[in-house]
Amino acid sequence: MQWETVIGLEIHTQLATQSKIFSGAATRFGAAPNTQACAIDLGLPGVLPVLNQEAVRLAVRFGKAIGATIAPRSVFARKNYFYPDLPKGYQISQYELPIVGEGWVEIVLDDGTLKSVGVTRAHLEEDAGKSLHDASLRGGGYTGIDLNRAGTPLLEIVSEPDLRSAQEAVAYARKIHQLVRWIGISDGNMQEGSFRVDANVSVRPLGQTTFGTRAEIKNINSFRFLERAIQFEVERQIDVLESGGTVVQETRLYDAERDETRSMRSKEEANDYRYFPDPDLLPVELDVAFIVDAVADLPELPDSLRERFHVQYGLTEYDASQLSMTRELAQYFEAVAQASGEPKLAANWVSGELSAALNRSELEITESPVSAAMLAGLIHRIQDGTISGKLAKQVFEAMWHGEGDADSIIMDRGLRQITDSSALEAIIDGIITANPEQVEQYRAGKEKVLGFFVGQTMKASQGKANPQEVNRLLLEKLAPR
Amino acid sequence: MSLDASDVEKIAHLARLAIAPEAVEHYAEDLSRILDLVAQMDAVETKGVEPMAHPLHMSQRLRADRVTEQDQRELFQENAPLTEDGLYLVPKVID
Repeated sequence: MQWETVIGLEIHTQLATQSKIFSGAATRFGAAPNTQACAIDLGLPGVLPVLNQEAVRLAVRFGKAIGATIAPRSVFARKNYFYPDLPKGYQISQYELPIVGEGWVEIVLDDGTLKSVGVTRAHLEEDAGKSLHDASLRGGGYTGIDLNRAGTPLLEIVSEPDLRSAQEAVAYARKIHQLVRWIGISDGNMQEGSFRVDANVSVRPLGQTTFGTRAEIKNINSFRFLERAIQFEVERQIDVLESGGTVVQETRLYDAERDETRSMRSKEEANDYRYFPDPDLLPVELDVAFIVDAVADLPELPDSLRERFHVQYGLTEYDASQLSMTRELAQYFEAVAQASGEPKLAANWVSGELSAALNRSELEITESPVSAAMLAGLIHRIQDGTISGKLAKQVFEAMWHGEGDADSIIMDRGLRQITDSSALEAIIDGIITANPEQVEQYRAGKEKVLGFFVGQTMKASQGKANPQEVNRLLLEKLAPR
Repeated sequence: MSLDASDVEKIAHLARLAIAPEAVEHYAEDLSRILDLVAQMDAVETKGVEPMAHPLHMSQRLRADRVTEQDQRELFQENAPLTEDGLYLVPKVID
């Protein structure tokens, strides 16, 4: 039987605020355990949560970026369950009336076609604390609880079950990741847990319109694991169904070391959350002015920028999408393209030499020792024939190591191309005289020997000879008399 | 609307309440009566009435995003039965 995979993702992204969603405790990553957990985060009796305006503003930005309606009135609800890292016994979340309604994003599939993926909703909620299952605590038998993360603002972004393969799910997750960083609402740091993905996976016979029973895979913190976890889960479900069994609705954990998903039986019966409106919080009502203000400085979005790079600068779709991966990279490229007037050369240098150098040094584009203006200066000198493409790489290296801008490096190192024919002729004459044997071979019809002369000439000129000029002169001088 | 003994046991478990087996029937009766009381509301015409999220007709005040809390870990951990290295300790949670 042919099976169709159906996937929906729930993405938790940490909002880039200074303080927590309902308290004035800091959200800084990496603080000593429980030093950023105040009375409200601990759920002590008598405390009252007060909503952080910035968290609301960031959620509104996201909503606008995916073309969603912003709810003029949204409500916080209590999601009740017991776990030691949730001191109140409930998580404050949004249920029936989330702040962000239906929207959509566009993903690029492997064959280059575009697919629109629906976002059902996005809601604000607080994060829970962290459990440390360290066997050495008090000699064993204990779990340590760090509540620094409790109360950190999250935006949970829920997709429609529109995704049909692990690859599509990864493309969608990457798209949301790109977007939240682009519009400045989250740092998207997956190692630090600022971007976490849960996948709802089911399979059904191809052609069937109703959904199969789904399993929810939690604990996925990289795009690679997301792909592998879904692939494993799809195969597992097909195996179960083909051997006559039924898929159980449950929560499963992805174990990267064993590359498999495992049932989390202990939490199964906890799926009855008994949501109800949180009496500690009033409905959130947003007026038009707040929404307009929140999105006033929303930058040009990646899809529109990618299309503009393609049309305005004549870049290939591939280059355009590579260069619009992050906002900072796009800004850098555009600055080089405009200052140099050579967008295609700019694209080649930014995604070639520069990206390679950044990768080697593990630097972000914003930390590049070669500024956009410096790279544009180099491109100018390639364009006007001052230096060859090969020497340009040498100049780039020197700029990277802080030896100054392109012009001063070309000057200091004497890298200017030899365009003066008489100087070049003198070099070539010398080489011809010194190699009579090769001259004979060439004149006897062994044309490959020309390469030898080009090489010798370039070497003698220390790479500064203009290659076209060298070729022209050699052909002329080596011609049989 | 009536709850039976298994409903009561389930609710008690979800709320982590220990109920003596002999009290289950009693709770089932009492809770059913409360539900019956509220069920009278079903007869009221509520078409066009916006569901209420809070008894006060006000909207949520927002606070500025500023860190206003100091580290009071020592004070808070005086209340905890067991701590180590700044962590609250609980009986091992097996996942």
